[in-house]
Amino acid sequence: MAFRLRRLRENGSLLALPTVAWLVVFFVLPLAVVLVFSFMSRGRGGVAILPFTIEHYERTFGVFFIILRRSIGLAALTTVICLLLGYPLAFFISTRRRRVLRQIALFLVILPFWTNFLIRTYAWRILLGEEGTINGVLLSLGLIGEPLSLLNTQLAVVIGLIYGFLPFMVLPIYASVERFNFRYVDAAHDLGANDIRTFLRVVLPLTLPGVLAGCALVFIPSVGAFVTPDLLGGAKGLMIGNLINKQFGGSGNMPLGSALSIVMMAVVMLSLLVYIFANRREAGD
Amino acid sequence: MKRLMLLLAILCLVAPVAIAQDMEHEPWTCPDGYEGQTLSIFNWSTYIAEDTVPNFEEACGVTVNYDIYESNEAMLARIRQGNPGYDIIVPSGGTVQRMAEEMLLIPLDLEMIPNIANVIPDLLGAAYDPENMYSLPYQWGTVGVGYSTEVFPDGISSWNQVWDHDGPVAWLDDRQTMLGIAHLFLGNDPNTTDAAEINAARDYLIEKGGNVVTVAADDGQVLLERGDVDIAVEYNGDILQISWDCECDDYAYAIPEEGSNVWIDNLSIPVDAPNPELAMVFIDYILDAKVGADLTNYIWYASPNQASIDSGFIDEEILNDPAIFPPPEQVANLFAIIDVGAEAEELINNAWDELLIFLGQ
Repeated sequence: MAFRLRRLRENGSLLALPTVAWLVVFFVLPLAVVLVFSFMSRGRGGVAILPFTIEHYERTFGVFFIILRRSIGLAALTTVICLLLGYPLAFFISTRRRRVLRQIALFLVILPFWTNFLIRTYAWRILLGEEGTINGVLLSLGLIGEPLSLLNTQLAVVIGLIYGFLPFMVLPIYASVERFNFRYVDAAHDLGANDIRTFLRVVLPLTLPGVLAGCALVFIPSVGAFVTPDLLGGAKGLMIGNLINKQFGGSGNMPLGSALSIVMMAVVMLSLLVYIFANRREAGD
Repeated sequence: MKRLMLLLAILCLVAPVAIAQDMEHEPWTCPDGYEGQTLSIFNWSTYIAEDTVPNFEEACGVTVNYDIYESNEAMLARIRQGNPGYDIIVPSGGTVQRMAEEMLLIPLDLEMIPNIANVIPDLLGAAYDPENMYSLPYQWGTVGVGYSTEVFPDGISSWNQVWDHDGPVAWLDDRQTMLGIAHLFLGNDPNTTDAAEINAARDYLIEKGGNVVTVAADDGQVLLERGDVDIAVEYNGDILQISWDCECDDYAYAIPEEGSNVWIDNLSIPVDAPNPELAMVFIDYILDAKVGADLTNYIWYASPNQASIDSGFIDEEILNDPAIFPPPEQVANLFAIIDVGAEAEELINNAWDELLIFLGQ
């Protein structure tokens, strides 16, 4: 038995073969196609043709740059606000003594996923509209005289992104805080640290893996979001995902869309590197 | 149901007149020699009257197979793979041009289609098929502005009112239409392929689009209905839809006087059609005054048939709705979109991306 298991460990790569093959066929190869496409010219109907060119990268960092910057900015803002909202919530939930309360609270956090994301985002159009729910309530309370322009703004996009991705922040932080041993807090207090110092020097570092995982899980889908800005952002809230999406429709520009995708992937990769490095340092401490 | 009631009411009102006219109009007769043959039609869904095909089958003693599609692309893909046996297809303007270039259409024998004389002259010889070698108009419509009559009690007559409006506006995500309108203002051909002119149109639209809150794919009418915009550049049919739905006068449709885009769906015969002669007979049948009017009375799109209009066969309510039938002086200002080729297509694409980036800032 032991002999067999050892062989399994030696030949374990065989068992991974189906997964590796899957990844090669459906991830590595398509990615290679996208990379090659991004250096090709645009043909009729938006397809990629020869000769090779770098013009799409020039456009990506030229005229498209402000949208790229906006996408990163809106995603970063979304991540920060999700963190500020999500951390206290996760902390609150995971410190409930009764297990059933924690389970109910977690259940409520994931409850929105029962409804399709597109429908939930669409509902925000009705809430934020000129004659929508929010304006209706504010007007009838006499708090505003004119309806606010909420829909079709960058604010609407950020609201939609926070709404959509907040659970991805709460869940990993919850997992971290739940594992946290609160005797450390008593120890810090015994050693003379006040509440703020205890939080910053003890609680936060020990729950940081959850915070970093949450930030990555919110930032990465936010930066490439296209449903939310499409439905809520209008002309002012356009993000890079919308422009990439357009290049692959009817008479778009697949090589340009590929170049935009590659650059966006690089942004995501960079943020993942930040995540990994921060985690490493944490583990090394 | 509501529409049916409306139609019935109109029918009661105009029936006596229609019967009187019916006496004068010679019903369309089928040329001899087609008995027992078969015709296969491939048309958009919900785009024909209930009795159009049965009446043709009866008149000619033929059998008609009827199949439907949902988009030009879907139809084009079927024909490209090899015509599975269709005799009649209904491509839109740009698609006619494209199919002609790809040798996917059979030239029409206009001698066999005397009713071509019934077609509105402005709708013949469109830029995508200047000699009507491959296509004759089936139904048509326009892109214009849907607006709130509360905000614009005196209506909209010029694009300048759209550009200058101090309130939210939605444009249509149709690059060639929007750039074409700018070309009209700049005195250029709406279908120009010149890089400098395309970029000038882009800059013109960015300058005039400060009030644009969204470039809507196909839901401008919903935004208008919900009060999120005061003006929506849209297809006429979509604005008509919300007017019917609300049974109110809150929305109206207008084609600004400077001109706009006209779309025309056409009758064509695909390559390798089994029975092109009978197909041409069918095209002639559709272009008959009475048949064309019955078609329009049923599907509520504008008929390209001047004889149908003049004869009074078309319901007054449809005929007098400027959202369906623009006044003749406006029809002359409408431009059709053509396929501009790969190079200009890329220029237009780039211009449109740049416009989206800078619009409404």
